[in-house]
Amino acid sequence: MVISDETRSKIDAEIGNFPQRRGALLPALHLVHKDHGYVSTDVAKELAEIFEINPIDVMEVVSFYNLFYDRPQPRHHAHVCTNLPCSLRGARSLLRRLESHFGVRAGEATPDGKLVLGHEECLGACAYAPMMRVDDTYFEDLDFEKAKTILDGLE
Amino acid sequence: MLKVPYVTGYLSEHFGDDGFGTLSGYEARGGYRGLRQALDTSPEDLIELLKSSGLQGRGGAGFSAGMKWSFMPTDSDRPKYLVCNADESEPGSFKDRILLERAPHQIVEGILIAAWATGAEKTFIYIRGEYAFPADQVDRAVAEARERGYLGAKVMGKDFAHEIVVTRGAGAYICGEETGLLESLEGKKGLPRKKPPFPAQYGAFGMPTTVNNVETFSHVPHIVCKGADWFRGFGTEKSPGTTLFGVSGQVQRPGLFELPLGTPLDEIIFEHAAGLLEDRPVKGVIPGGMSMPILPANQLDVPMANEFLRERKTMLGTGGIMVMDDTTCMVRVACVISYFFRDESCGQCTQCREGTGWMNSIVERIERGAGEQSDLDILLDVAGKMEGQTICAFSDAAAWPIQGLLRHFREDFEAHIRGKKCPFPGSFEL
Repeated sequence: MVISDETRSKIDAEIGNFPQRRGALLPALHLVHKDHGYVSTDVAKELAEIFEINPIDVMEVVSFYNLFYDRPQPRHHAHVCTNLPCSLRGARSLLRRLESHFGVRAGEATPDGKLVLGHEECLGACAYAPMMRVDDTYFEDLDFEKAKTILDGLE
Repeated sequence: MLKVPYVTGYLSEHFGDDGFGTLSGYEARGGYRGLRQALDTSPEDLIELLKSSGLQGRGGAGFSAGMKWSFMPTDSDRPKYLVCNADESEPGSFKDRILLERAPHQIVEGILIAAWATGAEKTFIYIRGEYAFPADQVDRAVAEARERGYLGAKVMGKDFAHEIVVTRGAGAYICGEETGLLESLEGKKGLPRKKPPFPAQYGAFGMPTTVNNVETFSHVPHIVCKGADWFRGFGTEKSPGTTLFGVSGQVQRPGLFELPLGTPLDEIIFEHAAGLLEDRPVKGVIPGGMSMPILPANQLDVPMANEFLRERKTMLGTGGIMVMDDTTCMVRVACVISYFFRDESCGQCTQCREGTGWMNSIVERIERGAGEQSDLDILLDVAGKMEGQTICAFSDAAAWPIQGLLRHFREDFEAHIRGKKCPFPGSFEL
């Protein structure tokens, strides 16, 4: 078994919150991402058993949502918001400078597997632009130096 | 850091107090009085109160909240549900995030009043996946409310049961569309449903469901406590109440401002947001989130309420105001907007799936200097064929801003085509 007993019992508790079993699929996917960082073929098979659906039904949902992944991920995700309010305040210049600092293009991972640098659509921080999301945390009112310090400091 | 509006009103006056997010802090400032009062009022009278207050949904469409509640069947023994739409993803909008972070109990109280009025047994609060911190605040508030007996088998000791489930999306703009949200809640891809049937007949898990926005629920306790006439004392006759305007872009003081509906756009930009950076002139303003058509600099006198904005061929949307100065290249704006919609189209309907891609390719070509005059006709033709043709309003929302840009800034597009390059080197970087 790839999914731990502890996670299985959390998934069971989520299933109890919904009138139909499948309602807990997104919560379950969030839980397995916490443990594994992505949904492997084995995880998909086990989730399919739990939810009494086919593995392809699990992967179809995984592929639809930006926060779910079907392959191993770097340790961190750093996404600069490049939607209009942030772009008007220099978000794309910030992203370009971070790209050259890390030697990667947006969407690529650093060779040491530390982080993937990306751009993302509006994150709901429009008045505090430019901003980026690093995993679950927002960093707002950024400039290049601040963003670089935050990302360099990641483990 | 937690954010607080610069101008506050009844929704946000306590946002500066860190204790307001806790149950004891909320109750110390009058919280849950509305619920207590509502539970002594009949559901019918509550729905009438909401209708007469004129509260319009604050999620973008502006539909009467009381009417929406009244669509819930009263002669059915099927379970009924509420959904709090906290999937805020409309570019330029961030008010719901601040409401979730600073005033989660205000939302819970609004939900419980709505639950009593509609006979709903359970509410799903669907929070966008990226809002991890806001979701934690709501989780905590729901746990506190349950602990205090405001949720569960006997809400405030009355013969009324209600439970709230907090759940998170996973990064898909389309799940803000109410039936896309319902599909997502059921553990599926967020593909919007054909309507009818509407959610009040066939909603979450096939049961009667009412979906309201975070801010809509937040107004409800105040209306119950102070009455419909009090509420109508704010705003315009057709659009009562305040709203949280979010101002972003090239202004000196970007932020949230709680102001009555009908406040003139220029007052919001120049007085509250302190005007533009370096005192530059305005070129254009998107008044209500990215789906809403842009207004040019000579139309900033418009009162921010739908009855006035519609006359200018735009809408209030989510109240997200994006301000652009005179250096802005409107073709670059079109590139950013059309890329977003191309990226987020769910792909069910051909007009939307193909049309968003066409529009994005054409405006990017024009920005590169490779556009032709006939491209403008194609753009308008494609946009026209995307309107009113699809399962949900996403396709319209993708077409409107491009039509608006061509209506007011056609000269920007033509200058690119004539000169075969972007004539705005000082504009924001693409």
